[in-house]
Amino acid sequence: MKLAQYVLQRFATYLAVLFIGLTITFFLPRFMPGDPINNYISQIQARAGQTLSPEAVEQIRNSLAELYGLKGNLFTQYVGFLNRVILHFDFGPSFTNYPEKVSTILLRALPYTVGLLLTTTALSWIIGNLIGLVAGYYNKRAGATVLELLGIVLYPIPYYILAISVLIVLAFWLQIFPISPTFLPGEFTWEKFKQILYNSILPALTLVLAGFGWNILSMKSLAVSTKEEPFVQFARLKGVPNWNRMTGYVFRNALLPQVTALILSLGTIFNGALLTEMIFSYPGVGLLMRTAAGAGDYNLLYGSITLSIIAVATAAFILDLIYPLFDPRIRLGR
Amino acid sequence: MADRIVSTKSSQKGRSPLKLNARLYVGLSIISVFILGSFILPFFTDVDPAAQGTYLKNMPLSAKHLLGTNSLGQDIFWFLVFSIRNSLLIGLGASFGITLISTFLGMSAGYIGGWYERIVVLFIDTFITIPVLPILIVLGALVRGNTSFAIVAAILIVFGWAWNARTIRSMVLSLREREFINMARFSGAGTFDIIYKEVFPHVYAYMVVGFINTILFAINTEAALAVIGLSKIQVPTLGSIIFWALNYNALMIGQTAWIVAPIVATVLLFLGLFLTSTGYNELFAERRGVA
Repeated sequence: MKLAQYVLQRFATYLAVLFIGLTITFFLPRFMPGDPINNYISQIQARAGQTLSPEAVEQIRNSLAELYGLKGNLFTQYVGFLNRVILHFDFGPSFTNYPEKVSTILLRALPYTVGLLLTTTALSWIIGNLIGLVAGYYNKRAGATVLELLGIVLYPIPYYILAISVLIVLAFWLQIFPISPTFLPGEFTWEKFKQILYNSILPALTLVLAGFGWNILSMKSLAVSTKEEPFVQFARLKGVPNWNRMTGYVFRNALLPQVTALILSLGTIFNGALLTEMIFSYPGVGLLMRTAAGAGDYNLLYGSITLSIIAVATAAFILDLIYPLFDPRIRLGR
Repeated sequence: MADRIVSTKSSQKGRSPLKLNARLYVGLSIISVFILGSFILPFFTDVDPAAQGTYLKNMPLSAKHLLGTNSLGQDIFWFLVFSIRNSLLIGLGASFGITLISTFLGMSAGYIGGWYERIVVLFIDTFITIPVLPILIVLGALVRGNTSFAIVAAILIVFGWAWNARTIRSMVLSLREREFINMARFSGAGTFDIIYKEVFPHVYAYMVVGFINTILFAINTEAALAVIGLSKIQVPTLGSIIFWALNYNALMIGQTAWIVAPIVATVLLFLGLFLTSTGYNELFAERRGVA
């Protein structure tokens, strides 16, 4: 049973990635210079004009240590952290939105991020690969060079540059879209859905464009080499029409490395989505992270980071599970 | 978006060598202009570009201030020159460290194999899968700019080595099966000798490509952090200049040059780096017959 072995192996990697990822988020900040509690207290003191008594400071210090889970030695803290995060998904209360729990805030923002990411990743993967396929399959034509140039120019442009450029051109100069979006709370109605859609177009456009470059370039080079393979030449001599050769022969075979590459780049795509959300003030996890970092809301910050790691690792695992559908070698156990 | 560079050696089938050299040529010219310009020009000014209120605020473009001055009374042109230099420095520094670590780990894992390889691969998988930006945001929020540039570079190294290590390991995996490696082993060469004398020359070609891609990654990541205000934003970099421009609503107050100039510079620099790395990749692939 090669399939079962494959699934088990992927699952083990998934658990290991989660474990190492969470461990890093736990330990790294503790090795950094500076103490977040001291920082926080000095902020409070600056606001209070240095009027806090030493006893009050000590009290704040204690309650903060309690809230952050900083009581006890490193090991008890670590076990407590894993226990709270994995079993209860509990990050304590948010500081900026006080008694509201971090997990509630996160769950409210999550659908926005997931919706945006799923749509744009799918769109840019499908359209980008189609452009790359056409550019590679007809690589002797002049049009193919134009398509490849599109990929070469788009690929190295970082997310934040694309986001700001899209903002400048479409919202500022042409004024087709709002500069800062409005997402009203309340009942989920058709009107609200349309509003969300309209306000999401700019961040979505950024993410789709950002994904294009690599998909085009990679698919193009795969298509160029695949179409020279003997089995494609044989199909041509057999009289298989052009379109069928391009999709059924070339694309079908170039598909596998492209799916693998998608799995590997999920983390990068997620990073880009966070940045894009921050620049467009799109109410997802990325924006939460930025406000939390700005306001020193460490509970919310930790919650959103842990959620990000779990989300990306899970997405990669799901794609890993779908992979055998594309690859008969794994599905049929060769 | 670091190193997912298209690196199939078959990609240059049907591409003439002229076009290949054109890529490298264009890329290298762009990079040389940036490097020479940003490292030599600073000798011709004695004003600290980051000091605020040096000039009148919001002046238009003129012969004295090529790109005008911004709302903080800084000369935008000189700020940009220093930004490019600092970004390049952090890119080179981080890339140097990443190349060393990833080459060492990738080669040793690929050649030695066994448990050692499994553990290294597990860490590679983890560092590729987990999104780096959130972790950097936590660190940025914790230190709040009270850090040196060296620490920023060190953090980039910690989180940036995995892509290159993965590529190098898979290259070495296929090299390991080649005849000349067996030949060396049967002739009595030690593991270190084989890695250094037989494997490394083949990996070297990729190292150059990986090095350039990693500069891209490092500049990009630092800039991304700076744009959201979580790097050392007082120091001019390609990210901090955009941070200040966004913060002072450069577009709304008609300071178009303040925001457009760094965007154009970033795009050109990244295009140059990218063209150089793919150009080199194809050149080496053609020469050695291994991608």
